[in-house]
Amino acid sequence: MTSSEIFSIITFIYGLATLLYVFSWIFKKALPGKIATAVTAGGAMGNLAGIILRWIESYQMGIGHAPLSNLYESLIFFAMTIALTHLFIEYRYKLRFVGVVASPIAFLVMAYASLPKVNDAIQPLIPALQSNWLIAHVMTCFVGYSAFAIAFGVSIMFLLKPSGNGPQSGIVSRFPDFDILDDLTHQMVMFGFLFLSIGIITGAVWANQAWGRYWGWDPKETWSLITWLIYATLLHARLMRDWKGKKIAVLSCVGFFAVIFTYFGVNLLPGLHSYQ
Amino acid sequence: MAKPSNSDYFTHRMWTFFASVKLSVVILLSLAVTSIIGTVIPQNENLMLYHQKFGDMLFKIFNTLDIFDMYHSWWFRFLLCMLTVNIIVCSINRLSSTWKIIFPKKPSFNINRFRKAKNHQEWSAANSPEVVKNAYTPWLSKRWAMFKVESSENGYLLFGEKGRWTRLGVYAVHLSIILMVAGGLVGSIFGFNGFVNIPEGESVDSIFLRNNQPEIKLDFEIKCDDFNFSLYESGMPKEYRSSLSIIKNNQTVVQKDILVNDPLRFEGINIFQSSYGKMPATDLTVTFTEKASGLIYKKEATMGTPIEMPGNSGTFIVEDFRPNFSFRGVNLSNTFLCKMIPGQGDPEHIIIPADFPRFDMMRQGDFVISISNADFKYYTGLQVTKDPGVPLVYAGFLFMIIGCYVTFFMFHQKICIEISAADGKTSVMAAGISGRNRPGMNAVIRRLSNQLKKLS
Ligand code: HEM
Repeated sequence: MTSSEIFSIITFIYGLATLLYVFSWIFKKALPGKIATAVTAGGAMGNLAGIILRWIESYQMGIGHAPLSNLYESLIFFAMTIALTHLFIEYRYKLRFVGVVASPIAFLVMAYASLPKVNDAIQPLIPALQSNWLIAHVMTCFVGYSAFAIAFGVSIMFLLKPSGNGPQSGIVSRFPDFDILDDLTHQMVMFGFLFLSIGIITGAVWANQAWGRYWGWDPKETWSLITWLIYATLLHARLMRDWKGKKIAVLSCVGFFAVIFTYFGVNLLPGLHSYQ
Repeated sequence: MAKPSNSDYFTHRMWTFFASVKLSVVILLSLAVTSIIGTVIPQNENLMLYHQKFGDMLFKIFNTLDIFDMYHSWWFRFLLCMLTVNIIVCSINRLSSTWKIIFPKKPSFNINRFRKAKNHQEWSAANSPEVVKNAYTPWLSKRWAMFKVESSENGYLLFGEKGRWTRLGVYAVHLSIILMVAGGLVGSIFGFNGFVNIPEGESVDSIFLRNNQPEIKLDFEIKCDDFNFSLYESGMPKEYRSSLSIIKNNQTVVQKDILVNDPLRFEGINIFQSSYGKMPATDLTVTFTEKASGLIYKKEATMGTPIEMPGNSGTFIVEDFRPNFSFRGVNLSNTFLCKMIPGQGDPEHIIIPADFPRFDMMRQGDFVISISNADFKYYTGLQVTKDPGVPLVYAGFLFMIIGCYVTFFMFHQKICIEISAADGKTSVMAAGISGRNRPGMNAVIRRLSNQLKKLS
């Protein structure tokens, strides 16, 4: 089996996990939720196995390098970090509902990677990428992005959940309490902020190694800084008592749009970083 | 008491203005929003291009606002400056109270605050308070940096505390920003970022800065002994390699092959592989073949110097060289861009590919012109930088990571276990308080209670 075949199966598995989580949530059944967790764990393991296999395949082609060097490979890694972060939250906070928002994101990321316009060939590394900093930089950035993705999903739940003392019916009112959602958003943003910071820092050190400058205001760098500033704003806004709940949830969504733009949108702008 | 003077009042107002987190939120958001501009409008391009693109009116407005180099504009620097002042004032403002918490004259525990804590848990134990206290003490004192036992009217109070120092984490984060800004400032004042092209076999002792600033003289020479590049089968670049020597006082002091991710560093100056190109190595031989007679004239030429054409028919200049030149979709590779100025009439631009001597026949002129005898050699394009601010910036990086980790994932926690005898039973209450991160404190108390229940 090749790594590409494994990734097709993983896409399907994340899709299945999504269905199970949604089923368990709509019909208030615990069992499908438990199965969904197991399915997600299997998917994440398979995802990891696929990445390792792709790494081996690149060595067999004589151009061995860690599979983190183009858009396709970064998407695959991103999907895995989302699944793993989500499993960690389920385990740590005993909150199964997170799967309702995390699994579809992992699924969409894998599905996007399998579009024909995303080149899935194993390519050799161009000189600028021949550095161990590539691994540290890409890994930390995507761990950060995955936490922000989940914070985004949880914030969406927060915004959808009917507030006030009105009738608490319908499936959206079955989302957990506002306090739990709010706290989870905060936790995920802090986790993501730490990793995004490390990601930007490793990128800066690498740029200093390769080009002699740690910061050059190229669009990708600048957008990662914009993302970072938005989340820094969120963290500070939370320290002021009047910024809780809804405003934080909105900021977390804005932050995630900045993440998406840093990731995809920047390719539309001129610069060094574009992962084409 | 003396009446505060106006200037005191003003200082006080400024201080409170800069000491607010609200101001940081505003500054952080302003930086985020304005930064977008520079990613949409490409920075530091030729002003002519901007003029064409935006038209007169917009161009003038943008130029006045430094939009074309916005990250170095006065207003962007002003925002960064505000951020720094904000952080410094804010930190000074809070540091004294944080310091009192971290190094209190005498640590105090207020039992009522614990009793009121929402996270408190209660259970009852079978043994007497004395026995329960003795069972808990060794376990707790091992896990809490500060631990003490007090006796109360009908039992004991056990207090534990740890992680006081973690309150300094936020200051490390804020200090890191100051270090980075300072490092950036040091770099921009005492450093430079230049470039130089060196043909194989030659050496230079000065470099150029961007933005038409004067060149910088180095106190050593950089010699390019050799330049090579290799491609993968697919045609993608695989490696750029320059063999460089550093020559100081006519002696080679360092020799090193540099690659894109492997620069040469010498006396605080860093030399990076950045680009490469190809240029004619020696004098060129220009051959004019007269169509009518078939006579052949050969002339020596150098780039940029006009030569006389045969039979006083005008002058000829080799103006420029392109290692790759696309002509109707075909790459002619080594190509000279030339100009012919006839006795009368308009000058004519002529392209002469070195590898295709008969190419110029297509032009239907009186002469067929070709250029031969051209040796080509590569030059390596180096980026040469000096940045004494890097250590400060890197120190900032370190503080940022450590500070964020401590602030986000560790916290100052105080616990209290109250063991009291009531109605012949022993009841136990555990509660905790912390500065921030209350959900984290709840988890600590939950785990602690489960452990303690097993001990008693
Ligand atoms: C880009 C710049 C900044 C970064 C990355 C940053 C980062 C942080 C972080 C991570 C925290 C901890 C948040 C938490 O506990 O959840 C924090 C807290 C804080 N920040 Fe900043 N900060 C920045 C700028 C500022 C500025 C300019 C001020 C000035 C007013 C400021 C004032 C504060 C205050 C007062 C706290 C709360 C401290 C406490 O809990 O006692 N920050 N900052």
